[in-house]
Amino acid sequence: MGNTITEKILMAHTDLKGIAPGQLINAHVDIALGNDITAPIAISEFRAAGGKKVFDKDKVALVLDHFTPNKDINSAQQCKMVREFAMEHGVTHFFEGGQVGVEHALLPEKGIVLPGDLVIGADSHTCTYGALGAFATGVGSTDLAAAMLTGELWFKVPPSIKFVIYGKLSKWVSGKDLILNIIGRIGVDGALYQAIEFTGETISSLPMADRLSMANMAIEAGAKNGIFAPDAITKEYVKPRAKRPYKFYASDTDAVYADVIEIDASKLEPQVAFPHLPSNVKGVSQAGNVKIDQSLIGSCTNGRIEDLRIAAQILKNRKAAPGVRLIVVPATPFIYKQAMQEGLLEIFMDAEAVISPPSCGACLGGHLGILAEGEKSVATTNRNFVGRMGHPKSEVYLASPAVAAASAVLGRIASPEEL
Amino acid sequence: MIFKGKIWKFGDNIDTDAIIPARYLNTSDPRELAKHCMEDADPAFVTKMKPGDIIVGGENFGCGSSREHAPIAIKAAGISCIVAKSFARIFYRNAFNMGLPIFESRELFDAIAEGREITLDSIRGIITVGDADQKFPISPIPPFMEQLIADGGLMKHIAKK
Repeated sequence: MGNTITEKILMAHTDLKGIAPGQLINAHVDIALGNDITAPIAISEFRAAGGKKVFDKDKVALVLDHFTPNKDINSAQQCKMVREFAMEHGVTHFFEGGQVGVEHALLPEKGIVLPGDLVIGADSHTCTYGALGAFATGVGSTDLAAAMLTGELWFKVPPSIKFVIYGKLSKWVSGKDLILNIIGRIGVDGALYQAIEFTGETISSLPMADRLSMANMAIEAGAKNGIFAPDAITKEYVKPRAKRPYKFYASDTDAVYADVIEIDASKLEPQVAFPHLPSNVKGVSQAGNVKIDQSLIGSCTNGRIEDLRIAAQILKNRKAAPGVRLIVVPATPFIYKQAMQEGLLEIFMDAEAVISPPSCGACLGGHLGILAEGEKSVATTNRNFVGRMGHPKSEVYLASPAVAAASAVLGRIASPEEL
Repeated sequence: MIFKGKIWKFGDNIDTDAIIPARYLNTSDPRELAKHCMEDADPAFVTKMKPGDIIVGGENFGCGSSREHAPIAIKAAGISCIVAKSFARIFYRNAFNMGLPIFESRELFDAIAEGREITLDSIRGIITVGDADQKFPISPIPPFMEQLIADGGLMKHIAKK
């Protein structure tokens, strides 16, 4: 009997000759990631366990991206702790200041995570790297401490759900709409403890930026990981970035799946997840008249250059509606510079947008775009739980950059078709 | 172990933003986090609950972020254990890794009202409501997770190896 890509990557990181869903394994880790919120607890645990040295200074990534630029004294203290640890251990992949970007945009961009890798991160959206054909999953701080100490971690091999997606996407429909639609279909625990494998003709031609958005939100369906079989698109993305060998894995034709779900994507319109669950999804034409106070374009889901280009295409020669705060967050310094060179920043400024430094702050209600009581924001982010972006009585509507840009102009949740 | 306490019910998909909102994540001090435990699900929770009390949740308890601050806040507030229909994956891992006892019961949530007292016997795998008028089984804990608990969490388990 064959294996899925997820099973094969996990097996390749052990000494095992065979592997099956449900099996508990100890596996080697290629990259262990932490940020300014999760790493401090991991560092305390690492030290409490008598840790003197990280297992491999080239395999630990520490990214100060959440409450940075430091939002208050406590946040500055947390960053200081992580910085000192990174210096003490000579951690190669340490990012802050003008080098920092939103971690899940930064690590693929820098070629730090690669196809065939086993990546763990003390951040739930670590699953993003599945877009490259890696096994990547979010864990807690204690797991990160254990991985930094030993280079290994325990895993339970997940069963896989296969999505077969076919049909040509309509204009303005993106990977973000596909993943919102999938979460709407199966629910926020629809893939609990399982792997999601994205396949089909729509996926074969889907650009890497869209794949990253989709894998990013696998956790929003409860999944352990989301994964795409690497192909020519992956090769094109990875080749100029990689500084070490990598490997393409593919599922066997006789691999066993817990479920196979087919989706005709040709009928899909842009999707919007209403408060307060990412599964509360409607087509944008069914949104009704939802007036917004803020539109946030950015995050590890949709802060890449392709996202900014789409937003700029819509915002060109237009302005954010009166009373709407439009915030654009280029996810990395490289994307920021690209957006500057391509003239996108000028378009955003003419549209009266605020251009934020790369940061996770607004998405998780940290800083740089907090909502007041009763306010509503459309956001290209990944979560719309109660209080996610600010006051417990504020609301977040998840959508693509195209919908967020159109909504900013019209002052209500809207499709670009309405402009 | 025996856990005995009054129960506080929360529904399905209680996310980590509700358990400990990100606005408090500029510290990992358990005492600070405990002050805001469950704040966006029930702002008065920490003033009502007493040490030893038990949280009873629905499906997918602890979904969302990987923040270990969530089980830390619950444990530091004095909650003795959590019983839910199911747990989100990362929360489940975190709870075992850092030593917050959690148990799965498909039946308990729908069968009892908030405020009742339950006794949970983790060795016998039985939850008793009040004076034994109702009994519910708890799903067995996988042997590896039992080992983690017995060793005192993941880091101590590793040290032992």
